[in-house]
Amino acid sequence: MAEPLIRMENIRKSYGRVQALVDANFHVNEKEIVGLLGDNGAGKSTLIKVLSGAVPLTSGDIFIRGKKVTLRSTSDAIAHGIETIYQDSALVTQLSIARNLFLGREPIKAPRFLNRMDQDAMNAVARDLLRQVGITKNIPPTTAIGSLSGGERQAVAIARAMHFDSDLIILDEPTNNLGVAETQGVLSFVRSARDSGHSCIFIAHNIHHVFQVVDRIVVMRRGKVVADDIDPKKTTVAEVERVITGMSDKEIRDAISDGPQQHG
Amino acid sequence: MENRSFVQSFIARAEFGPLVLLIVELVVFWGINPDFLSPQNISNILAFTVELGLIALAMTLLMTSGEFDLSVGSLFGFSPVLMWTLFNSGVTSLEVGLLIALIVAALIGLVNGWFVTQLKIPSFLVTLGMLLVVRGSALFITDGFPQRTWSAEGSWLANILVGDFYVGPFRIYASLFWFIGAAIVLGYVLTQSRTGNWIQAAGGNPNAARARGVNVSRVKVGLFILSAVMASLAGVISSLRTSAANPNSGTGYELEVIAMVVIGGTALTGGRGTIIGTVLGILILRVMRNGIVLIGVPGLAYNIFIGAIILGMMALHSWLERRHQAGT
Repeated sequence: MAEPLIRMENIRKSYGRVQALVDANFHVNEKEIVGLLGDNGAGKSTLIKVLSGAVPLTSGDIFIRGKKVTLRSTSDAIAHGIETIYQDSALVTQLSIARNLFLGREPIKAPRFLNRMDQDAMNAVARDLLRQVGITKNIPPTTAIGSLSGGERQAVAIARAMHFDSDLIILDEPTNNLGVAETQGVLSFVRSARDSGHSCIFIAHNIHHVFQVVDRIVVMRRGKVVADDIDPKKTTVAEVERVITGMSDKEIRDAISDGPQQHG
Repeated sequence: MENRSFVQSFIARAEFGPLVLLIVELVVFWGINPDFLSPQNISNILAFTVELGLIALAMTLLMTSGEFDLSVGSLFGFSPVLMWTLFNSGVTSLEVGLLIALIVAALIGLVNGWFVTQLKIPSFLVTLGMLLVVRGSALFITDGFPQRTWSAEGSWLANILVGDFYVGPFRIYASLFWFIGAAIVLGYVLTQSRTGNWIQAAGGNPNAARARGVNVSRVKVGLFILSAVMASLAGVISSLRTSAANPNSGTGYELEVIAMVVIGGTALTGGRGTIIGTVLGILILRVMRNGIVLIGVPGLAYNIFIGAIILGMMALHSWLERRHQAGT
């Protein structure tokens, strides 16, 4: 079997005495969209933070295409082709689309000592990328991010990850607070990212959104990966919910009608 | 998104409000007292404008990065005192004295930046502390008395910093060119250079900037150093022009400078800054200070007008911002 793009083995992460991840094993294949699901506190966010270099792991190994790597910072992760898009923190609202796209890697015009950004080139690439991710509205690349809708902002962040050839794009709750049409837009941006050769990890509370876009579902519970090969085409939302909560159908119904204290 | 007309985009710019206000000021003062636009008065306004203006230009970049510096007024007083003390005691020449004063200022800026970025203490508290340390040092080394200032006329340093000449009826100081040069360079840095993009990102969303590999701490420390050096240079220019080095000079300048910057349209919260706006803000406050005296309003009433201008401009900027966000 081909080596996966990302492989995380026996990942442990503790915050003092709290074990956030307990021997978690997780992988993402090339050109694959993986839906990462789990209840609050299941360990999804911690796993993603470890993979994006935001927090150091306590023990365990991370491999990229079979090669062991150490991710000490978000810059480290970006250098290894892992880009994380958090819903509100990925972009600078005061800057334009083009300036956000190239933030930290602005192309410089000759002579280089003048340190002058090549704004024409930046705008041209931005225009192209917006079309690629499927934004058909005519939005000038000089528009400030602050005047874009939530869905359009996600599109810009995804476009940036695509442009800089990130192998893996991690989307943390990309459809939160979005309307129906905007959500569909974001889901189609995710598909176009996969179609152009990128892998994605898609985290969302709304299981229906996950079902619409992912190739494989991974479920976490209490810091462990409890299922890692659920095919969304061969299962139902109810079945996945059972795996997430670890309860039977009846237990779930009872929990809803009687309140959680019955199970306390 | 529809394309806005040229006029609509012009009105939506942060600099539009300050420009209108400046024009209104000029028209009103000139209407009441035609001497307001006399060559002599214009020369006066320009001479005073430059010194606070240099600090305001640097402060614009620092505030765009989300920080500000309350120690600039104390450096304005401290640096000439240090320079003249070194010169008067025969330790160094005036030029080397200036160089040492600028280096000390840069170190003070470095300390400010280090406290803010490494110890994560808000710049308000750090630079307030530094204000007291620097002002206290100036008072301590002078026993509170003004320093003896050698008449700097004829020295090449004085000539390139504050030498004056006449263009027609206008008396122009060389410092005006330093100010114009600084405005052009810093305006270029903020809007055209890669560093400018980092400055705006550092103020707008430091986490996003860091995630893209921008060294936010280094950007901010660099701007604290710039702000301290410009305040020091402004203090020396003022001292050479007036042949005075008073340890108390520059008291309260920090707030006037911050007022100039925010009136011009730079956001106090960071992320958005404009050098053109700051130049307008500088002119608005200096013209106001000069004009109200000229039309016979008591000089002591100056602060009432400044306060009103700040409140009015903040209301205008906030209104324009909301219109802009709403896309109207």
